Amino acid sequence: MKQTFLGYIRDNGTAGVRNHVLVLPTTVCASHVAKLIAEEVQGTTALPHEHGCAQKGADCEQTKRILVGIARNPNVAAVLVVGLGCETISAPEVVEEVASSQKPMEMLIIQEAGGTRKTVRSGVEIARKMVDYASGLKREEVDVGSLMVGTQCGGSDACSGISGNPASGHASDLVVQAGGTVILAETTEMIGAEHLLAERAVDESVARRIVELVHRVEDRARTLGVDMRGANPAPGNIAGGITTLEEKSLGAIVKAGATTVNEVIEHGYSPNRKGLVIMDSPGQDTASITGELASGAQIITFTTGRGSPVGSPIAPVIKIATNSQMFSRMTDDMDINAGTIIDGDETPQEVGQRIFDEILEVASGKLTKSEILGHKEFSIDRISPFF
Amino acid sequence: MKTYERLLDKLIVADPKDTVATARVEIDAGVVLSSDDRDDIIVTERIPFGHKMALEQIARGEPVTKYGQRIGVAMSDIAPGDLVHTHNLSGERGTNN
Repeated sequence: MKQTFLGYIRDNGTAGVRNHVLVLPTTVCASHVAKLIAEEVQGTTALPHEHGCAQKGADCEQTKRILVGIARNPNVAAVLVVGLGCETISAPEVVEEVASSQKPMEMLIIQEAGGTRKTVRSGVEIARKMVDYASGLKREEVDVGSLMVGTQCGGSDACSGISGNPASGHASDLVVQAGGTVILAETTEMIGAEHLLAERAVDESVARRIVELVHRVEDRARTLGVDMRGANPAPGNIAGGITTLEEKSLGAIVKAGATTVNEVIEHGYSPNRKGLVIMDSPGQDTASITGELASGAQIITFTTGRGSPVGSPIAPVIKIATNSQMFSRMTDDMDINAGTIIDGDETPQEVGQRIFDEILEVASGKLTKSEILGHKEFSIDRISPFF
Repeated sequence: MKTYERLLDKLIVADPKDTVATARVEIDAGVVLSSDDRDDIIVTERIPFGHKMALEQIARGEPVTKYGQRIGVAMSDIAPGDLVHTHNLSGERGTNN
């Protein structure tokens, strides 16, 4: 079995599986300028978003942590930070926090540079040099121990818990056994299954944190007067045969495998331990993926029953179909068919091995379907409204 | 004439303790499902692909078990061969009370 992949070794010792030059706006007001810069320079990726200003407290801290974490992600070779100049999350603060990742970084402030056109002109010059640098970097052999895989399931059906997620779980176990890290997120989809995760915690404090995380989400929904069952299971989940949130959760948690839960982290923080880690995140897929990437995940495995096409601007997302019908119908979007388990043709272990092999291929440069089709969905979780 | 099928060809039983199973394929009403370890089950209504069918009698208010775990309670009496979904099974988590 291959236990290495070909990655980009960064100066801080982490390994990227992609080599993006990121144009990162710190606020919605700088998003258009970031897009204009990226449009003019091949090999750059802009990350337009709706956040960064008039945010307070934990919500503001979380958005900043996400922006910093995305910029620090090993898949990013160099970063051009674009600020407006008067926003809550200031560009110099973001630059300061990204600096320890030791990657080439520059900053432009629109109000200081003299507006849109002048900032774009300067930004294009900087971005061109960054692409020149990044495109010259070579892939080298890297141990799987450097890999952090974020797990996801979206558009689940009743097959998810029987085919896709157990197969994804076996691949997760192989990553952990090889010394790597696996993140289980989507706290909403742990409700009703938290006791099984707590039983696998490395110690009592981690077990307690798992239960606290789940109860916190339930309390938040209750405080808002929300019955989560309207949104979760989602209408598509129900049409696919999932009836209750507990059923969805019991089927969802197996995607991260069966190893010991070593740590629980808040949304977008970097884990201190390897192996299986639980990160708090909403069930909403794109925001949850963003959190995993901010934590340092280089690759996402994503099981789907109804058929989700989403990708990411900075990481490959490997799509695992839970049933053969959807795999055939949406074959352009799907990387792996786990429906063979429902058909009785393969075991979850066999499909899991295929997923693990695909993770190493993709880590070494093979493009996923969502990358080939240009999917770059990106969103950031919010804790409170704008002020 | 009755159609007999092997239960495990048509359904996946995720855990031996389960009182419901997941349809591998759409199953027509009237099909008789036989297996080594339980009585024949006559499918009472069409079970769509991926949906759940009761393997046992489940009384109203009793828990429904899948993956060997409680996934909710029966809202009405459920007979073997019945479709188990939102009309007769309710979750107990994620509610606002």
